[in-house]
Amino acid sequence: MFSADLLANAVVAGILLGGFYAAVAIGLAIVFGQLDIVNIAHPAFIIVGAYIAYILNSRFGFDPVLVGLLAAPAFFVVGALIYRVYFLAFERTGQESLSGLAFFFGVMFIIEVVLILIYGVDYRLVQADYIGQSWRIGFVDFPFRMLVPFAVATALTAVIYTFMSHTFMGRAIQAVAQDRLALQLMGADPVRIKQWAFGLGIATAAIAGSLLIVIGPVEPSVGRLYIGRAFAIVVLGGMGSISGMFIAALILGIVESMVSTFAGPSWSPAVAFGLLALTLALRPAGLFGRR
Amino acid sequence: MDNARSFLRAGAFALAAASASLLPLATQAAEPLKIGFSMALTGGLAGAGKAALIGMEIWRDDVNKKGGLLGRKVEFVYYDDATQPANVPGLYTKLLEVDKVDLLVSAYGTNLIAPALPIVMRKKMVLPSLFGLAANEQFKYDRYFQIMPAGPSPLTDWSKGFFELAMAQNPKPKTVAIVAADAEFALNAAAGARTNAQKAGLKIVYDKTYPPPTTDFSPIVRAIQATNPDIVFVGSYPPDSVGMVKAANEVGLKAKLFGGGMVGLQFASIQKNLGPLLNGIVNYDFWVPEPTLDFPGVKEFLGKYQEAAKGKGVDPYGHYLPPFAYAYLQVLGQSVEATKGIDQGKLAAHMRKSTFDTVVGKVKFGKNGEWAKTRVLQVQFRDVQKDNLEQFAGPGKRVVLYPKEWKSGDLVYPYKQ
Repeated sequence: MFSADLLANAVVAGILLGGFYAAVAIGLAIVFGQLDIVNIAHPAFIIVGAYIAYILNSRFGFDPVLVGLLAAPAFFVVGALIYRVYFLAFERTGQESLSGLAFFFGVMFIIEVVLILIYGVDYRLVQADYIGQSWRIGFVDFPFRMLVPFAVATALTAVIYTFMSHTFMGRAIQAVAQDRLALQLMGADPVRIKQWAFGLGIATAAIAGSLLIVIGPVEPSVGRLYIGRAFAIVVLGGMGSISGMFIAALILGIVESMVSTFAGPSWSPAVAFGLLALTLALRPAGLFGRR
Repeated sequence: MDNARSFLRAGAFALAAASASLLPLATQAAEPLKIGFSMALTGGLAGAGKAALIGMEIWRDDVNKKGGLLGRKVEFVYYDDATQPANVPGLYTKLLEVDKVDLLVSAYGTNLIAPALPIVMRKKMVLPSLFGLAANEQFKYDRYFQIMPAGPSPLTDWSKGFFELAMAQNPKPKTVAIVAADAEFALNAAAGARTNAQKAGLKIVYDKTYPPPTTDFSPIVRAIQATNPDIVFVGSYPPDSVGMVKAANEVGLKAKLFGGGMVGLQFASIQKNLGPLLNGIVNYDFWVPEPTLDFPGVKEFLGKYQEAAKGKGVDPYGHYLPPFAYAYLQVLGQSVEATKGIDQGKLAAHMRKSTFDTVVGKVKFGKNGEWAKTRVLQVQFRDVQKDNLEQFAGPGKRVVLYPKEWKSGDLVYPYKQ
C-alpha cells in the first residue's frame, strides 16, 4: 500500500493537523507551561470560542476565523478576570495545586452546562466558502478546511513568539515563570504580569475555537477530547517553550497522520503518546525545555 | 327493636370497616405510576437523548390527557447519565431501590443500555429499549424489547440492505472497505458488515477502526482510496460522520457505494451543513418523510415534537429518534392496559406475543426481543441543495431503497466515479 503519493499526502495532512493542534495548545503553553497553572478548562474556553464563531456565522454570515480574531480581546479580559479570582482564592493562600485544579474543573463544567442550557446539545457547524474546497499541487491535496487553521495557527504562534521574545511584557512573563521573587525585586508586579499572561492564553482560545468549528462539528462537551492531547503537546515541546510547542504539535500531527495512513488509525494515539513517553524518558524537560 | 338497632349498628360497622379497608386502595389508585430511566442529557449523546426525552414527554402528556394508565397518572423519574456507561448501573439501582419505580425503560444508545441490563435482570423487570444495537446478544434476557427495527439478527440485519443493494448492481462490486469507530455501536455495525461482505463473496481490502477523538479523516479516506474498493462501509458517530463525508469529498473518493452505518447523517443540523456533499451517499435510517412510511399518528406526533423542540437546541425535525422514543412507551402503555397491571411476567408475555400499533408502524418482537423482521432502511440522499434546512422536512431528499415493501425509489449507482 506504500506509495510516494500516500506518503506525501500523509505528511502534508499531518503538518496541517499539527498546525491546528498548535492553536489548541498555545494558550496552555503560556498558562501551564510558563505560569504553572493547570488550566484544565482551556479546551472549554475553546468551545466557547467555537460557539461565538457559530453564532455570528449563522446569524450574520461572518467568517468564523474573523470572528475568532475579533473575539480574542474579549477573551483576554475574561481570562484576566478569571486569573484575578484564581489568585485571590488560591494562589495567594498557597492552595493553587489541588484546589486550583478543582477550580478549573469547576470552570469547565460551568462552561459546559451554561452552553447546554443556552444552546442545547445539538451539533453546531459553520458555513464558509473555503470549507469543502481543496487546493491540489501535483498529487498532494491541501483541503482549505485544514489549510486555513494551519495558516492562522502558524501566524498566531509567530505573533506570540515575537511578543514573548521582543516585548517588555513578554520577557516579564518569561521572567515571572523563572523567578517570581527576583522580578518583584526589580520593581515589577508579578500578579499583574501573570494576569496579563493568563488573559493572553485565554485570548488564543477564541481563535482556536473558531478554527475547531471550521474543521468539524462542535457540541458543548467536545473540548474534553482535546485535554490530553493539548497537555501532551506542551510537555513534549518543553514546558513554556512556544517554538517547542509548535514543533511538538507538528510532530504529533505527522505521527498521527502517518500511523493512520500506513498502520491503522486506532494505533495513532498509542504511537503518539508512546512517542511522548519515550521523549520524556530521554529528555525529561521535553524537546526544547530548559533543564 | 333491639334487633333492628343491632342490625343497623352491625351494618354501620361493616360499612365503616369496608371503607377503611378500601381507603389504602383509593390512595393507591391516586398514586402516580412511575416510569424510571436514565437518559443522556449531557455528554456526547445528549443531542439525541434530549430529543428522545421530548418524544417521551409527549407520550406521557398524551396518556395523562386520556386519564393515565390503570387510572393512575403517569410520572417519569429520570436522571442524566451524562453519556457515561459507568453511571448507568448506579442510576438504575437507585430507580429500583430508592425511587421504587413501577416500570423501567432504557436509556438511549447501546453503550448505555448494556450496563443497565444486569441490574434490570436481577429484579426481573421488563425493559423496553431505545436504540441498542445487539445490546442483548450476550445477556439473552427474555424481558428485553428493542424498539429499533434492527431485526432478529441485529448485527447482520443492520447492513444487510446495504450489501443486498450493492450486489444487485451490474457489474457486481468485488471489493469492500470497512471502517468504524472504536466504540460499541460502530464495532457491532462493522462486525455485521464483515459477515455480510463475506456472505456476498466480497473481498475485504481495508478493515480498520479509528479512535473516537479523531480530528482529520483525510489520512483514513486516503488509505481507503489506496486500496481501491468498490464499496465503502462506514460505522461512525456524528462528528466522525461529518469528518468522513468532508474528507471523502476533499480526497475525491471513487467508491461506487459509500455509507452504510453513519450516525449523524439523520440529524437536520448536520444535513444542512453538509448539503450537496451528501448527494449519492447510501446510509441507514429508520424513518424518513417518504409517502411509503406515512404511519397513522406519526405526522401528528412530529407536529407536537417540532413545536416542543423549538428553542431547545435539539434536532428541529426529530425524524430519527423521537418517534421511536414515543413508540417504545406506546408498547409499554398498551401492554399495561392489556394485562391490566404491572406484573412484569405478564407484561413480558404480552409483549412477546402481541403486535403493537405505534407511530412507527406495526411492531412485533421476535424471540430475542428484537423486531421479528428487520426494517433498517437504506436511504439515498438526492438533489440536496446548499444551506437549506427546510428541504429535509418533506419527501424526496432521502429516498428509501430498502427494504422493498417501504421502497420509494431506485438506487442511483455509482456514488462517484
